[in-house]
Amino acid sequence: MAFGKEFTKGFWDLLPPFRLVLGLCPTLAVTTSAENGLGMGLAVTFVLVCANCIISLIRKVIPSKVRVAAFIVIAASFVVITELVMKAYFYSLSTLLGIFIPLIVVNCIILGRAEAFASKRGVIDSLADGLGIGLGFTVSLTVLGCIREILGYGAIFGHNIMWESFRPFSFMVKPPGAFVCLGLLLALINFISMRQKAR
Amino acid sequence: MSDYLLLMVSAILINNILLAKFLGNCPFLGTSKRMDTAMGMAMAVVFVLTLSGVITWLVQYYVLIPLNIEYLQTIFFILVIAFLVQFVEIVLQKTAPALFRALGIYLPLITTNCAVLGVAIININEEFGFFKTMFYSFSSAVGFGLALVLFAGIRERFALVRIPKPLDGTAIGLITAGLMALAFSGFAGLV
Repeated sequence: MAFGKEFTKGFWDLLPPFRLVLGLCPTLAVTTSAENGLGMGLAVTFVLVCANCIISLIRKVIPSKVRVAAFIVIAASFVVITELVMKAYFYSLSTLLGIFIPLIVVNCIILGRAEAFASKRGVIDSLADGLGIGLGFTVSLTVLGCIREILGYGAIFGHNIMWESFRPFSFMVKPPGAFVCLGLLLALINFISMRQKAR
Repeated sequence: MSDYLLLMVSAILINNILLAKFLGNCPFLGTSKRMDTAMGMAMAVVFVLTLSGVITWLVQYYVLIPLNIEYLQTIFFILVIAFLVQFVEIVLQKTAPALFRALGIYLPLITTNCAVLGVAIININEEFGFFKTMFYSFSSAVGFGLALVLFAGIRERFALVRIPKPLDGTAIGLITAGLMALAFSGFAGLV
């Protein structure tokens, strides 16, 4: 029961990056296509789940004064693993995501969850939390990537889906489009949750 | 010399680290609600980023490469940055209390500012030399500060206008940043 609750909150109540406004840099930078968004989301999920578990396991041993440094080192170790694995098996994706893979270390979501959740709760709960938040992040990035890819290239996951005379808005895949698109999506989610609350 | 000038113009205006490279967006949206916090953050970033850019470059070429452990770059860099931020904090507190009071609360936040680690990695990836690294780090930080302060100036005016409820807060901030990025992309032909 508790597992389910901690798991599902990542998909709406705490959906990053909309509800938890954290981890914006990779969200804006890599979502030029659905595939990149998905890859980035999964990489973050992996690091988040592993870091959450380890931090939760050793939470009683870490002195509270150096906890942030300890969290960063733990996250950084998993980021290095991710980096090496991606270079070995998903080379083209890793060149597309570029410096945003090492930058997962300073993704505020990881530190935020470590501080707010994993350093206080048990392993199972932390696992559920990491998995839920991570997959929520993946879904958000993929959706944002789909929107930008459809409007910017007329394609989804690299397959053309728009009619022949469709003129892509190249604005959407350029940096300004990222900000505007994320802003509008955030407004939409705010709007929906306001309607829910009003009911 | 013109080489360095071009690098500087490009880092500040064209490839602005915030608006074109998307680094450091969390503090960008977090500290831009008021002008004074934006100024404090901008100054703290210029200071730390320049220093960390140079030090991570030294670490890369004098520690990681000779020992053949380049794959530990990420861990080493983030540790160096965290250590540096802490160190700067202590030194400032003792030697320049006035500056410390101005930058104080922003310093710890910088450790998780991805612009700092991002620029350190870009310096290595682009294979910049020592002086270029120093120059590039400084100009990127100035670009960050410029965008942050301009953005705070716009954002302060939001208090005076009516914004639709769902757009209030971060959403309108993001859209404004988008328009600013569009304005900055007008510099593209400059270099």
